[in-house]
Amino acid sequence: MNAYDLVVVGGGPAGVAGALTAAQAGLRVALLDSGARLGGQYFRHLPASFHASREGMLHHGLDRFVRQSGTLERLADLRLGHQVWAVTRQEELLAVHAVMTSDGPHGHPVELPVVLRTRALLIATGAHDRPLPFPGWDLPGVLTAGGAQALLKGNLVAAGRRVVVAGTGPFLLPVAAGLARSGTRVAEVLEANGGLGLAGHPWLALSKAGEAAGYAATLLRHRVPYRTRHAVVAAHGERELTHVSVARIDRDWRIRATRTVECDTLAVGYGFVPQIDLATQLGCDTGHDLDGSPIVTVDASQSTSVPGVYAAGEPTGVGGAVLSELEGRIAGLAIAAELGTPPAGEPPAVPGLLLRRRTRLRAFARALQQAYPVQDGWQSWLADDTLVCRCEEVTLGAIREAQRLGATDARSIKLLARPGMGWCQGRMCGHAVACLAGQAPQPPRRPLAQPITLGALERISDDKPN
Amino acid sequence: MADVIVVGAGVVGAACAYYAARAGLDVTVLDRGPVAGGTTGAGEGNILVSDKEPGPELDLAVLSNKLWRELADGVDFEFEAKGGLVVAETPAVLEQLTALAVKQGVEHTLAGDLAAYEPHLAQGLAGGVFYPQDAQVQPMLAAARLIRAAQDRYGHQKVRLRTGVTVTGFLRSGGRVTGVRTSEGDLLAAAVVNAAGTWGGEVARLAGVHLPVLPRRGFILVTEPLRTPLVRHKVYTAAYVTNVASDNEGLETSAVVEGTPSGTVLIGASRERVGFDRTISLPVLQRLAAQAVALFPVLRDVRAIRTYCGFRPYCPDHLPVIGADPRMPGLYHACGHEGAGIGLAPATGHLLAQLLSGQSPSLDLGAFRPDRFPAEAHS
Ligand SMILES: Cc1cc2nc3c(=O)[nH]c(=O)nc-3n(C[C@H](O)[C@H](O)[C@H](O)COP(=O)(O)OP(=O)(O)OC[C@H]3O[C@@H](n4cnc5c(N)ncnc54)[C@H](O)[C@@H]3O)c2cc1C
Repeated sequence: MNAYDLVVVGGGPAGVAGALTAAQAGLRVALLDSGARLGGQYFRHLPASFHASREGMLHHGLDRFVRQSGTLERLADLRLGHQVWAVTRQEELLAVHAVMTSDGPHGHPVELPVVLRTRALLIATGAHDRPLPFPGWDLPGVLTAGGAQALLKGNLVAAGRRVVVAGTGPFLLPVAAGLARSGTRVAEVLEANGGLGLAGHPWLALSKAGEAAGYAATLLRHRVPYRTRHAVVAAHGERELTHVSVARIDRDWRIRATRTVECDTLAVGYGFVPQIDLATQLGCDTGHDLDGSPIVTVDASQSTSVPGVYAAGEPTGVGGAVLSELEGRIAGLAIAAELGTPPAGEPPAVPGLLLRRRTRLRAFARALQQAYPVQDGWQSWLADDTLVCRCEEVTLGAIREAQRLGATDARSIKLLARPGMGWCQGRMCGHAVACLAGQAPQPPRRPLAQPITLGALERISDDKPN
Repeated sequence: MADVIVVGAGVVGAACAYYAARAGLDVTVLDRGPVAGGTTGAGEGNILVSDKEPGPELDLAVLSNKLWRELADGVDFEFEAKGGLVVAETPAVLEQLTALAVKQGVEHTLAGDLAAYEPHLAQGLAGGVFYPQDAQVQPMLAAARLIRAAQDRYGHQKVRLRTGVTVTGFLRSGGRVTGVRTSEGDLLAAAVVNAAGTWGGEVARLAGVHLPVLPRRGFILVTEPLRTPLVRHKVYTAAYVTNVASDNEGLETSAVVEGTPSGTVLIGASRERVGFDRTISLPVLQRLAAQAVALFPVLRDVRAIRTYCGFRPYCPDHLPVIGADPRMPGLYHACGHEGAGIGLAPATGHLLAQLLSGQSPSLDLGAFRPDRFPAEAHS
């Protein structure tokens, strides 16, 4: 069969909007996502309670997303449960390599390789949580903020548990509100940044996105204290979490005073790291977000430096669901225009209105990042025996020893001490290790963007062109 | 002023520094990057005698094997004396393997019962030869800790490591090399050792001499860490031996499979001459996976979690360059070790240190002479 016009990787707001826009313009589109359903980080993990309680824009956004997904299912080739592990160039086309799990001959699941060939690619792979290491963060009961969302979704956080939510950024609020509503006792919400600008007004920051009032009311109703310039600097417990050390911190995040708070669950989040592995595989130009995260550089039409390759949503800079959807839509229009099928009812090029909205939303995203930076003082929370890389159990002491041996950057620290060599390939510790090396995080070099069984890898060229 | 400047903090440079310091010399190691950030950071860490044809390289490998064992007694770089198992698919190949082993004259046993060595090895192989001397190190740690050990044993004043210093030229006086020009200023030394690995040709050119060192790309696949080890030794097929010595420009792969102390399985090793191109090659990865699964069918359900490539420094005759450069007094070379630089590093450092301190080397370095190549063709 012929190649697709467009393959979209990622089924969150950016990917769905991009795929839908392009499909409505008549392009032959496929969308791949590793999840079992669409939604990405943002929508997939929303608890069912959100459907019931109407909470402003967020719910509104969800409704819209569900509608879009429904239409997309009819207009495009939706491939869920597909993990994309590599993209390569094949003459004029791009080859998108994925694996999917299916039942083998004896009901034993086997991983099968799938290759889709396409004229254009939209990278809408979102972002993942960014934890920071601190003593005890590997204890059972310590979750990332995104992980806590996911648990809520599965109603796995039992009522009666006692949770502390800590980190930085407005995302802590929906997490805390969701937990409180589900019957969990939220002991405190701790925001590491301070009382100036947007950070002093998280309600305002969110109200821009129209989500604030509901969370504020929820937290108030449940009497959850929200404290700025506070952080969890250590987690304690024999076999699982029993209490945390909460510190009052200064502007650089150095500890001023600590006290103990009992809890059995801790949700921590210090922002997000854009997932740009596929873009770096293809050699797309990258830059740095305000917070230092490597991001894909795109032009006005969301096109990367590599012809035919577009990116939308968090990979171009963390900015939230609304901006992601808009960028996806702009990319869809631009790709349709580029591939020569003028979309029905819309002018071929991208309307100026959308571009102006994007400019406004990006400015807001930048302001948020400025208001919720990660300050270097977190490094002073660590002891020599604190794990920095959990997969490979690498301590701060081992990293310092590698530096004394002559490792001068994150890569050589990894070669000598192994942080980032394990299962998650540095997604969890990469940012921290770069900071400890005194470096801005470098663009990821992950020729395998996802693990793949050797059995699937040995068969990648068996797959007939779609 | 140092007695010796070593250019390159890879495993070869580290070994040169270690043995020069042991010989009482004052050493400065320079690298434009971090320690072990070059090809050493991409190597598998095999220390092999099994894959060498009889001749000067095998002699070097046997000496180096002995030195690695000495070094491992006191310096921790995850040395594992695990032994290597070379397997043959057919009786004819097995016969060749056995004949080679006899000619090599190194310790070996015929592995009749392959399953006793490797319980998960595929059925139907004709047999193999086991080489107990084959071993493995973690190459990056080996380089870094050798320099550290030299400092601890012979004095931090006598052994200096300077990272982030690029050599940009040579200082010369009266037809001799007297030091190097670097991004951080000029440095004087009685002797300069070119241990710049794959970039050894470039460094030689800075000194005005020709050395044909070129890159030969290799990919390695790394699996998820396994809870119970599936592969005990280093295992490879006979085809590996012919590939190593091959002059083919195109892609060659032959599975080399081995477990590591961290629980992962390393699968090497491809060889192709494509310049310094880092673009991922899926056909290469596919072949490595297929060959590994053919040797160890249990690996089929094991996941590869990463892959990386590096550029072996090779010379047209596949032998390293070790010794004083007669064309440029004061300049020494220790580079071009291709796919065996980790294995051959201690012997290289040891022999070079003998030269540097005016002794005659305990092994004839004739085959490794820097001026053995035809002069560069000028166009
Ligand atoms: C995939 C693969 C697998 C391998 N497996 C094995 C194996 O199992 N066993 C084995 O023995 N070998 C193996 N090798 C080969 C081995 O890695 C190399 O032979 C060895 O690492 C070379 O070491 P080196 O110190 O000479 O070079 P390098 O480690 O490359 O060191 C050279 C250093 O010189 C520095 N440098 C260069 N130019 C300058 C300059 N102008 N100024 C300052 N510094 C400079 C570089 O930054 C670099 O750090 C493998 C290689 C590859 C690619």
